[in-house]
Amino acid sequence: MSNFLTEFPEMPNKQFREFKKGVDASYKDFAREWGDFIDAMFEPLLKMLVFFEKTLIATPWPIFMIVLLGLTYWGSRSYKLVIGTFLAFVFIGYFRMWDETMSTIAIILTSVIMSVVIGLPTGIAMSRSDRTQSIVTPILDIMQTMPPFVYLIPIVMLMGIGKIPGLIAVVIYAIPPLIRLTNLGIREVDKEALEAADAFGATKKQKLYQVQLPLALPTIFAGINQTIMMALAMVIIASMIGVKGLGQPVLQSIYNQYFTKGVLYGLAIVIVAIVFDRVSQSYGQRIQKHRSGKIV
Amino acid sequence: MSEAKIQIKNLYKIFGKNPSAAMEHVKNGVGKDELLEKHNHVLGLKDINLDIQSESIQVVMGLSGSGKSTLIRHINRLIEPTDGSVTVDGDEVLKMNEEQLRSFRRSKTAMVFQRFALLPHKTVLQNTIFGLHIQNIAEEDAKKSALRWIERVGLSGYEDKYPQHLSGGMQQRVGLARALTNDGDILLMDEAFSALDPLIRKDMQDILLELQDELQKTVVFITHDLDEALKIGDRIAILKDGIMDQEGIPAEILLDPKTKYVKDFVEDVNRARVIKAKHIMSEINGQDLNGAMPIDQDEFIDRFIDKVIAEKPDNLLIQDKDKKNVGFLSTQKLSEILKR
Repeated sequence: MSNFLTEFPEMPNKQFREFKKGVDASYKDFAREWGDFIDAMFEPLLKMLVFFEKTLIATPWPIFMIVLLGLTYWGSRSYKLVIGTFLAFVFIGYFRMWDETMSTIAIILTSVIMSVVIGLPTGIAMSRSDRTQSIVTPILDIMQTMPPFVYLIPIVMLMGIGKIPGLIAVVIYAIPPLIRLTNLGIREVDKEALEAADAFGATKKQKLYQVQLPLALPTIFAGINQTIMMALAMVIIASMIGVKGLGQPVLQSIYNQYFTKGVLYGLAIVIVAIVFDRVSQSYGQRIQKHRSGKIV
Repeated sequence: MSEAKIQIKNLYKIFGKNPSAAMEHVKNGVGKDELLEKHNHVLGLKDINLDIQSESIQVVMGLSGSGKSTLIRHINRLIEPTDGSVTVDGDEVLKMNEEQLRSFRRSKTAMVFQRFALLPHKTVLQNTIFGLHIQNIAEEDAKKSALRWIERVGLSGYEDKYPQHLSGGMQQRVGLARALTNDGDILLMDEAFSALDPLIRKDMQDILLELQDELQKTVVFITHDLDEALKIGDRIAILKDGIMDQEGIPAEILLDPKTKYVKDFVEDVNRARVIKAKHIMSEINGQDLNGAMPIDQDEFIDRFIDKVIAEKPDNLLIQDKDKKNVGFLSTQKLSEILKR
């Protein structure tokens, strides 16, 4: 009796070992059987990622700089930001981190595109049905709280080490805010505007494209911004399973205690993050300028 | 009288989890407060019957919570009733499927909202064009028609501004232009001018009356303001707690209030300003009307009262536009009506 109270009635050791073995074995079987198929499924994604990476690295740096600064100006209409971006990338280039930065930008680009392609429709579906919302929300909770290292294990078992598993890990980590904020943004759309659309005989599709999405855009944009930031944060962890870029040198520096190298590459990640964040945020604000107008 | 444009029959609306069960209680005479307290359902509308004539302005008046906004939303079925029938041009709105309802809303009705309900990401022109745009009408035609209405409501030059750049009164002009551009026979106005300053509200009322003279639409106008109701309504229905207390022409409501609620409502109204000669005249039955003073039947009392006081005739001879005699009014009756 006293034993019962002091020690939790746990699974016997032998059974527990067999339980773990059993799950591992069946997952391994699954991985062996389906691994190639799943690899093939993600082939186009790999191609896209490799294409971005090669193009970015192959592009002569002055051209990249001009395009980047052009995009910065187009997005933000702010010379201050353009100058800041220029100096930041001069720092990256001068301290020999250019190619790694390009690799990182390529994977961020790919994972953000993927997140939007998956996240936006998911968020829309969630906003339309409370049932869908109640199913998706706990999944998002798991995705956000489960330590990334834990879901790296099955991904690596299934697909090995490489770019695609890294990309999947980044997307799992980065997609929840976009889904959540898309859902929230659409649910928060002014009921009267929707009622007006109804009263004028708009179809569901017309309401979505002409009322709900445009009005939710600022919130959705905040979601995309969050997704970019989280994807960047994930780059270091993803580098453990073979994602090239700014993360790998940081990882090396941890193992070998290279202080300067670690700090430099860390700074490069911060720089990319700040540039992406500022540009996407000011773009988000600019496209909704008419919302805060003055009375004539 | 011809068939009414909009016929509302035995309309009930109960909000809550199980409206049909609550419906039984209501039919057994349970009132609004008791229904909420004992059965946890809100009585929105109870047994509403209303015929709205084509080309007239029907005002529905009541305080907040009286169900007036609920009622107007039944006409284009933004709200599903619990029981009853709504027909427009003889077609049962409540039996329409999704597709029919959409085309009904697109072609027959247009709505103006209390808080304007404009789309903030669209310009004045794009907002005005919205109704036609979603019907996939050719851009050129839609634009032409929208620009015409923007001009009519006095917003020329603001086509490319966003709603946030406009004052409330101007925003509601956009709302009105948007509804008119849709060109349905029926204009549903849900407290359309309630959110506006008194002066601007008066402006908008005048615009509406001026347009109505020309367009002859069937207008259903919701308001909580009696002066507004009397000014623009051809007929007025008064709602209280989801029940229709009284319905009639403005003079009827003023001169013969049926319930205490209506009486309280109309008590302080300046009758001379809202009652027209035709409302209070009697039929001519061989009376001696020699020396009677001729008055147009559509004149308000306060427009001819000074003349009556100055000349002190015994009788007034009421005439229509073509100077045909249609009735008479004794000065004594006139003074009684004004004294009451």
